[in-house]
Amino acid sequence: MGDGDTWPLAADRDDPPALSVRRLSKRFGDRVAFEDVSFDVGRGEVFGFLGPNGAGKTTTVRALGTLIAPTSGSATVAGWPLEPENGMEIRRRIAVMPESPGLYLRLSVLENLELFADLYELADPRDRIERSLRAMDLTGRARDACGILSKGLRQRVALARALLGEPEVLFLDEPTAGLDPVAAREVHELIVGLRQRGVTIFLTTHRLEEAERLCDRVAILNTTLRSIGRPDELRDRLFARTLTVRTAAPLDAPDRVFGGLQAIEGWREDGRAHYVLAASDPDGAAPGVTRALVAAGADVLSITESRRSLEDVYLELIDGDVEAGPR
Amino acid sequence: MRMSGRRIRAVVRKELREYRRHGSVVVATAIFPLIFLIQPLILVFMVPSAGAATLEQWHVLLYMLAIPVLTPAVLAAYAVAGERQQGSLEPVLTTPITTEEFLLGKALSALVPSVGVAYAVYAVFLGCVALFAQPAAAAAVLRPPDIAAQVLLTPLLATFSIWVGIAISTRSSDVRVAQQLCLLADLPVVLVTSLIAFDVIHLTPALGVILIVLPLIADVTGWRIVAPMFDRERLVTGAR
Ligand SMILES: Nc1ncnc2c1ncn2[C@@H]1O[C@H](COP(=O)(O)OP(=O)(O)O)[C@@H](O)[C@H]1O
Ligand SMILES: [Mg+2]
Repeated sequence: MGDGDTWPLAADRDDPPALSVRRLSKRFGDRVAFEDVSFDVGRGEVFGFLGPNGAGKTTTVRALGTLIAPTSGSATVAGWPLEPENGMEIRRRIAVMPESPGLYLRLSVLENLELFADLYELADPRDRIERSLRAMDLTGRARDACGILSKGLRQRVALARALLGEPEVLFLDEPTAGLDPVAAREVHELIVGLRQRGVTIFLTTHRLEEAERLCDRVAILNTTLRSIGRPDELRDRLFARTLTVRTAAPLDAPDRVFGGLQAIEGWREDGRAHYVLAASDPDGAAPGVTRALVAAGADVLSITESRRSLEDVYLELIDGDVEAGPR
Repeated sequence: MRMSGRRIRAVVRKELREYRRHGSVVVATAIFPLIFLIQPLILVFMVPSAGAATLEQWHVLLYMLAIPVLTPAVLAAYAVAGERQQGSLEPVLTTPITTEEFLLGKALSALVPSVGVAYAVYAVFLGCVALFAQPAAAAAVLRPPDIAAQVLLTPLLATFSIWVGIAISTRSSDVRVAQQLCLLADLPVVLVTSLIAFDVIHLTPALGVILIVLPLIADVTGWRIVAPMFDRERLVTGAR
């Protein structure tokens, strides 16, 4: 992580959260899009919603953006309960950048923004448009028809459009999907800029490093929420280091062998005569483990350190979607 | 609920800007006025003076009502289906705009150019007839009640056609299919006005009243039928 952690986390704030979601679910017929999802997003927080394709990210954004009605559960968006009669009040306070920018390709960048400035009934549309263009570094492109812009530029126009109304919550649905690395990096930098200005952002992505780089907290979703936390917490949890011990025969009392070791934080049996030990310092722990095993009279076949990558744990977390119900 | 004039105007302005840069829309809005201007001109100028009696039986002007029926159908069909096809509906629906404001904006932006073009074409036709037609033929065509009916029926029929078009448009994801369905749906109206124009159906005062009251009722109720058809959830998620 960079030095972007300039504001406190949501949990430390007294303000009511910008988003508060409780046991929210959405089904299309008997198809579950997402289920039993709960989380809070604090004001000024950049919250990542990480999951593979089909995890239910877009459907969640649409539900919180009042485009579709959740099947069950409740939520508060920008201080308003997510109910049909509050749709207008919620939409006044949020902005959504959908997966595809959805610009009017025959209209210029400026004309696209003019429409939305009016739809939000902004008091000073000229000024707001100019500021949004400047924030997205698009001032020189204002008169270009959106149809001739590159994908990356279109994405920036969509971001400028989303910023027009100074939303209390900004939803970005896979803002860098399909962009080349340079364009994706530009969008990342713009999001980092928004983050520094204290904009509350709900960002979905299927890219791990994007969530890590941009977000204060990350939730991992695959139809249901699998994990939620700060990236460094997740990383600690995910990067858990282990020692793998194989012995010739199963230990009589593995708990007595491993339980007494200071350097071992936990252990589990992973198949016959195969033990996985959690250790934050595997190198330091290995000699002690060896001595304990020998003292217990075990024939040690191997002791190896294994390090699960963030990728592995992510894949493990999102695995098992077959159990998530009919899909 | 308060309607925002500013949002409605914004939709109209955006829509007119889009039409102007959309080749097939421009062609479509030009083609019906041309067809239904040339045919009556030929009729009036080709009919020998002995045929003025026939012209008197006819209501050539009413034939031109096909213009305000067919032109807005093409525009209205584009209204919702075009947005969905472009993917631009979703961002618009995440703004505070209400369904009513959105649909009114769409309807107005189809109505204004269609009625404008229709009136312009009538003016050209009436001008040509007054200036160049034989006096008997001119007298047979330029009847004040016909002209009044024409002026009144033009926005009424256009509005009807627009609600039909928007209704069809909310149910289609393809613009071309929507346009064809709309033209098909409006054909009966054109058939009736044409049959009256050529005196196959004889125009009586009673029929005249029906001709005005029916579209008026359709215009007022059409609005109530179309607005609930605009199901945001289906429009946003059904496009996949
Ligand atoms: N309109 C719909 N009808 C039926 N199933 C849908 C619909 N929209 C989404 N789904 C399903 O819901 C699940 C989640 O989709 P989505 O929210 O688009 O995932 P993501 O954005 O994470 O890729 C998928 O299995 C998808 O097929
Ligand atoms: Mg998605």
